[in-house]
Amino acid sequence: MIVEGKQKIWADYQKDIPDDHYFYVRSCIRQSFWPASEVTFLDIVRNKLGKDFYENEYHTTCGGIAYHSDSIPQETAMTIIARQFALMHESGYENYVCSCITSFGLYTETLETWHEFPELEAKIRQYLWDSCKKEFAKPKYLAHASDMIYKFRFDIAKQMKFPLVNVKTGKPLKVVEHIGCHYSKMFPSKGFGGAEYPHVLVGMIEAWGGEVVDYPERRHCCGFGFRQYFVQGNRGYSESNTYKKFESMEPYEPDLIITNCPGCPYFLDRWQYVIAEQTGKTYGKNGYGIPALTYEEVAGLVMGYDPWDLGLQMHQVAIEPLLEKMGIPYDPKKKYQGVNGKDLGQPQCPSCIKSV
Amino acid sequence: MDFGFCLSPSSHVKMDSVDLTTFNRLKETNPDVNTCIACGSCTATCTAGNFTEMSFRRILLMLQRSKEEEAKKMIQRCMLCGKCTLVCPRGINIRKILLDITR
Amino acid sequence: MKENIIIIGGGAAGMEAATQLQKLGLTPVIIEKSNALGGHIAQWDKLFPAFHNAKDVVSKMFDNVKDIKTYLNTEVTDIQRNADGFHAVLSNGEAIDGKAVVLATGFDLFKAERKQEYGYGIYNNVITSLELEKFFRTRKDERINNPKKIGFVHCVGARDVKVGNTYCSKVCCTTALKQACEMKEVFPEAEVYTFYMDLRMFGPGYEDLYLKTQKDYDVKCIRGRVCEVSEDMDGRLVIKAEDTLFGKPLRMTLDLLVLMCSMEKNKSIDKIQQQLGVENNSDGFMQNRDMYLGMNDSKQEGVFVAGTCTAPKSLPDTIGEARSVAVEVFNYVNNK
Repeated sequence: MIVEGKQKIWADYQKDIPDDHYFYVRSCIRQSFWPASEVTFLDIVRNKLGKDFYENEYHTTCGGIAYHSDSIPQETAMTIIARQFALMHESGYENYVCSCITSFGLYTETLETWHEFPELEAKIRQYLWDSCKKEFAKPKYLAHASDMIYKFRFDIAKQMKFPLVNVKTGKPLKVVEHIGCHYSKMFPSKGFGGAEYPHVLVGMIEAWGGEVVDYPERRHCCGFGFRQYFVQGNRGYSESNTYKKFESMEPYEPDLIITNCPGCPYFLDRWQYVIAEQTGKTYGKNGYGIPALTYEEVAGLVMGYDPWDLGLQMHQVAIEPLLEKMGIPYDPKKKYQGVNGKDLGQPQCPSCIKSV
Repeated sequence: MDFGFCLSPSSHVKMDSVDLTTFNRLKETNPDVNTCIACGSCTATCTAGNFTEMSFRRILLMLQRSKEEEAKKMIQRCMLCGKCTLVCPRGINIRKILLDITR
Repeated sequence: MKENIIIIGGGAAGMEAATQLQKLGLTPVIIEKSNALGGHIAQWDKLFPAFHNAKDVVSKMFDNVKDIKTYLNTEVTDIQRNADGFHAVLSNGEAIDGKAVVLATGFDLFKAERKQEYGYGIYNNVITSLELEKFFRTRKDERINNPKKIGFVHCVGARDVKVGNTYCSKVCCTTALKQACEMKEVFPEAEVYTFYMDLRMFGPGYEDLYLKTQKDYDVKCIRGRVCEVSEDMDGRLVIKAEDTLFGKPLRMTLDLLVLMCSMEKNKSIDKIQQQLGVENNSDGFMQNRDMYLGMNDSKQEGVFVAGTCTAPKSLPDTIGEARSVAVEVFNYVNNK
């Protein structure tokens, strides 16, 4: 592998991204899958980096799930998006940042479509007025939240307490990066590093001391694919794609997977349990899986947030072996306690993959 | 546990593990097996090919893509009429090759 | 009086045009930007379809132009039309006048790194057709280390809307088969695959080469475009393509992947071309006046075109055009 070749591409796919004053929108499914990721993001940018990130309680889903599973037409999705832009405009912001990759893809697709077909933008403007009596302004800049963490990766590194290094061996952790398809596959120029060799997560891993694993199926989709997952009988396709990726990354013995999409960490995490149940196979050491985390969770870990405050107990794959490798202290008793200290009860443990 | 779904076997051809024993044996006595240009004349004119999946062009590929059993099954459709050999622009002795595969 | 003809470019087209113009009694002057005549063909080892030594052809061409005034390491920096023809200022500070200009500026090889999915410049064992040709000449390339499995990718930078080149680059198919056979000669134990979309064997003896490639050299031609290349733990290349004749995607591990790079117009001539008022065609090459009867004329009087500056061409095509441009220039100068 010739790193300079990748660096050349990374230099070609950079975005000039404003460093402050953003209107932040959450992801509908990330809030339930990884509830602390977005809270952690806002805490990092606001309280650790001192930036102005505003969110508005009236924003909704972007409609991406319904759009991608064919239950709403594109015009409806665009009107939902226009309403979000109206909220941004009313709040006095011009830069828009979203937590979800599906949203990022859909916002980008919408803005590009309006650019090519201004008559459609006019139509949506009318729809928004008819339905909500609102007017929108298009964002001056559209970013994905992982772009922000990428931009601030060296500032985060300055505050780092636990780098991506195995404290027992002193060696960098081997980290697999997995990019959501809609981050840059549809519009390569909109993603840091482009579509074939995205730099957005690689940059974080390197800034925080880890070693990037580039394995043959790196560019392969996790298999979420909306329609594949939503119909139970089709879920085998989704699982099989994840399986293909794990079979390909296995020889590299990765310590961690870092992702920037709502669906990918979910499926890279949960399918490890299903694969273990169906085939008896696990991909971590000693019967454990490989933790698949969001970029905010990884940022939080290296900055010294408590693993349970980061919601890492929400992952099917046990996080403890990774915490021990990184030398992060944790209290096993608090794993299943609520924020008020109340015992939430233990989940049922699977038989084929270690969960503690 | 029954999840109501299961891993799908990958449909891609694993070229790294293809067994070419039969094809290579065939090639020794019939070097023209290599010269097919996939024009499809054999299949278009095939007595069996108009009613079944029989396709000599595909049989040659199957032998090189880990589908030998399917190829041998397909050959059973052949009526040995010889029209394929007559029309092949590369002059491949198809009738003989079909017989050699099953031998 | 002998008439100066300014020939820009000292490759096959420029040298051959100069040779013929001299025989017709005119005074060609060759201006070549690199430090030697010969252009791309001088970097080639063997020529398709019959494996002739490129050197034999090129050295004859060198011999033909040895008495012709030639500027090396020289570019035309400015060119103006005047009452007698053209006045060209050269990068060495000199200036020359000519009755006519022949643009024989040739092509640039497509920059393989632009097809990011193939990983040229990222994965060690991905090389270009030109680099393989250099290996055949020198037998030195540390990336070519007794490969057991070798792949060739056709149409790299050609027939590809994504890179802006929708045209067929014409010579890459035949070159790929020629190079595949040569690899089998050098590494008889290796398995050699070519990944093509259509095999365009357009010239005399080319289809025979294809038959020989299949039958005598046992090269496997797979119809399908490689869409992704990555590296495994051992640094070997993992490729994805569809075997479109079989109707299934395939994956294969290779030790060496050769990219058949297309021809693109040589862009270093753009400024001069603009000064002369010569336009590009939809493929980005120079536009000639007429595809049939005016293939060597530009739309500007006294400005002629020859060789691969107007489209991808084989060496015989280029030599043919260079000879015909000489006749066109001769008629133009004599009828003026």
